[in-house]
Amino acid sequence: MSRFAKKTTTDNPTSSGFRKLSRWCVTAVSSLFVFSASAADIGWPEKEELKFGFIKLTDMAPIAIAYENGYFEDEGLYVTIEAQANWKVLLNGVIDGTLDGAHMLAGQPIAATMGFGTKADIITPFSMDLNGNGITVSNEIWEQMKPNIPKMADGRPVHPIKADALKPVVEKYKSEGKPFNMGMVFPVSTHNYELRYWLAAGGIHPGYYAPHKGDISGQIDADALLSVTPPPQMPATLEAGTIYGYCVGEPWNQQAVFKGIGVPVITDYEIWKDNPEKVFGITKEFAEKYPNTTLRLTRALIRAAMWLDENNNANRPAAVKILSQPNYVGADYDVIANSMTGTFEYEKGDKREVPDFNVFFRYNATYPYYSDAIWYLTQMRRWGQISEDKSDDWYKEMAAKVYRPDIYSKAAQSLIDEGLADAKDFPDFTSEDGFRDPQTHFIDNIVYDGTKPNDYINKFPIGLKSGDKL
Amino acid sequence: MSVTAIFANKLEEKIPMSETTKKYINAALQTVGIPLLGILVFLMIWTAAAQNIDTSLGKFPGPAAVWEQFGALKDEHVTEREKEEAFYERQEVRNAKRVAMDPTYEPRIRAYTGKETFLDQIFTSLITVMSGFLVAAVFAIPLGIALGLSKTLNTAMNPIIQTFKPVSPLAWLPLVTMVVSAVYTSADPMVPKSFLNSMITVTLCCIWPMVINTSVGVASIDSDLVNVSRVLRLPALKHVQKIVLPASIPMIFTGMRLSLGIAWMVLIAAEMLAQNPGLGKFVWDEFQNGSSDSLSRIMAAVLVIGFIGFLLDRTMLQVQRIVSWDKASAAR
Repeated sequence: MSRFAKKTTTDNPTSSGFRKLSRWCVTAVSSLFVFSASAADIGWPEKEELKFGFIKLTDMAPIAIAYENGYFEDEGLYVTIEAQANWKVLLNGVIDGTLDGAHMLAGQPIAATMGFGTKADIITPFSMDLNGNGITVSNEIWEQMKPNIPKMADGRPVHPIKADALKPVVEKYKSEGKPFNMGMVFPVSTHNYELRYWLAAGGIHPGYYAPHKGDISGQIDADALLSVTPPPQMPATLEAGTIYGYCVGEPWNQQAVFKGIGVPVITDYEIWKDNPEKVFGITKEFAEKYPNTTLRLTRALIRAAMWLDENNNANRPAAVKILSQPNYVGADYDVIANSMTGTFEYEKGDKREVPDFNVFFRYNATYPYYSDAIWYLTQMRRWGQISEDKSDDWYKEMAAKVYRPDIYSKAAQSLIDEGLADAKDFPDFTSEDGFRDPQTHFIDNIVYDGTKPNDYINKFPIGLKSGDKL
Repeated sequence: MSVTAIFANKLEEKIPMSETTKKYINAALQTVGIPLLGILVFLMIWTAAAQNIDTSLGKFPGPAAVWEQFGALKDEHVTEREKEEAFYERQEVRNAKRVAMDPTYEPRIRAYTGKETFLDQIFTSLITVMSGFLVAAVFAIPLGIALGLSKTLNTAMNPIIQTFKPVSPLAWLPLVTMVVSAVYTSADPMVPKSFLNSMITVTLCCIWPMVINTSVGVASIDSDLVNVSRVLRLPALKHVQKIVLPASIPMIFTGMRLSLGIAWMVLIAAEMLAQNPGLGKFVWDEFQNGSSDSLSRIMAAVLVIGFIGFLLDRTMLQVQRIVSWDKASAAR
């Protein structure tokens, strides 16, 4: 037995490069290949009773809508939806099988597959939304930031507010020897990377991770100390003074405004226009064991996303009503509606139009682009969660392991064939290579091209670059 | 002269009445009037205090707001039941369709997938607490008897019992959760893991008062009774059955009553922390929701938790009265 184990390990280094490449090609080709299948062709679901987990955030909406509008039942799936205490509990639930699938942070399946944190093969056939987060600071910090922000003619601050306005405040705290604490929801969360992106773009160092040295606090060289707080507890933690600001999804930024305890300074839409947010995560094992169930649940989620964005957000008020039920998000209707219906309230009374604050379907929001996964990987490398240099191919291979446009295309195509969806609302599956065109709308104007991850990392003034190791 | 008697006398000045009627009125006022007055004063203080507490979720809920939530919770229950019925109807139609397309399919009715209402959660909590309590009793009473009978065993076990007795459920819970998920693995589990977690935590916390009370009860049996048993040369098992058990029943039940009270308190904490279905989870979920109704809904749950705890205690007291020969012990 030991001989056998030895043999495989010695085999690996020689052939792995080639194997990686060939696997990448296979996945890429299979995503180009168009399956034509309607619901009847897909076959009955192998597993009909499913349990999905979620965190109380408005971007769990596709799951709630797929349930309430009967899309899951249309697929013959009997789904129970259960709120989870925090992202770690949720991830463990999916890994140990108490949950069949869940609303996840885009970074979670990637980090799990890579082995940062808990190691497990998790895939995503469906990206849940674009945008939807914000950064909020306490009233005390806001008062100190305000003098540094240029004003418009009517006296309201000019948006987007850059972290440059926060920098003097952080420096003041640092010189007084007080730690400047901020909250985010999980080490591999979108919020962590967005908060870091915003801070670093304003010259505030958010700190490095060094997992190879056992340091996963992410506070090496940090000006602002970031730590984890579960989303629903953010406002309470801010109120208690444990943190001075946080980055979280809705409704927890608007909640701070309603409670009068803090001021949202920027939305992630302004940090990176139309950034990918949550994904729907299932284990690779689940997808292989229950292929029909996987396709069917993807179909139901696509339909829910379509409904959420239909007729220019016409269904949003109805969606908000559902989300405000205690078993889903449970916050007040007004709080959820504030951001879900195309506006966002910054300071109390300063309500501005942000029509794309939550995007569930437009702009191919649900298609799992490899380039989206690679962006997260670049940020993991930038902040040291990936401690060593990786080749561009490694990034692509890792993305292809986790993001599964092949499943998505098959599910979407079957909806199109049945007349439940319109082909023009989707990418052209025959030519789509899974990479968005280079994206330009970042707060620091750095262009992101998913095909060249290493080039991208080297563009940042703050962060690890090729060749750097802590 | 008590307050009620004065009131009864005052009443007599206006309406003449016989001594017996006066007694009855006095008694009625004693048992109903005084508690009612207490509740009324409490409600007034609550209302006044609530108006002066401002939280970030609005004013602290007064009795009116809580009462309103009881109505809302009831409505939610009714709507959920209607949804449940519709769910089963849809399922039958779907099953019939599928059988028509695929005759080999054996239709199966799946349980309702909707949320648990407040009422459902009360029942879940009650079932969990009773099972945890019964499991504890099954272990505690024989153990207690053994400890009571043997001084050596008692001396040996005492340090262990005294150490575990004051442990909070929250300390046990992580251990229980990890052990259950490691040991309890089956593809089609009979009961959910979350149920086992809370049940075992309850058992671990409420077993000790029962053990201690039973052993003390057994150890302090009247020596005359023990002597009788000796004279009759009763075999060990008969001795336990005929002498020990009847003699220590009052103490055993005192222990059980204490345990049930602890079990109920522990359960709420365990459900809250482990996110196991039940009243504790209800409270935690509402806290997380942070809607303007959340505080009044939590307050409603607090009242229900208290009232159920009170009912459980009363029930145990009644059982104790029925099975116990020593009627005075129930009052302890």
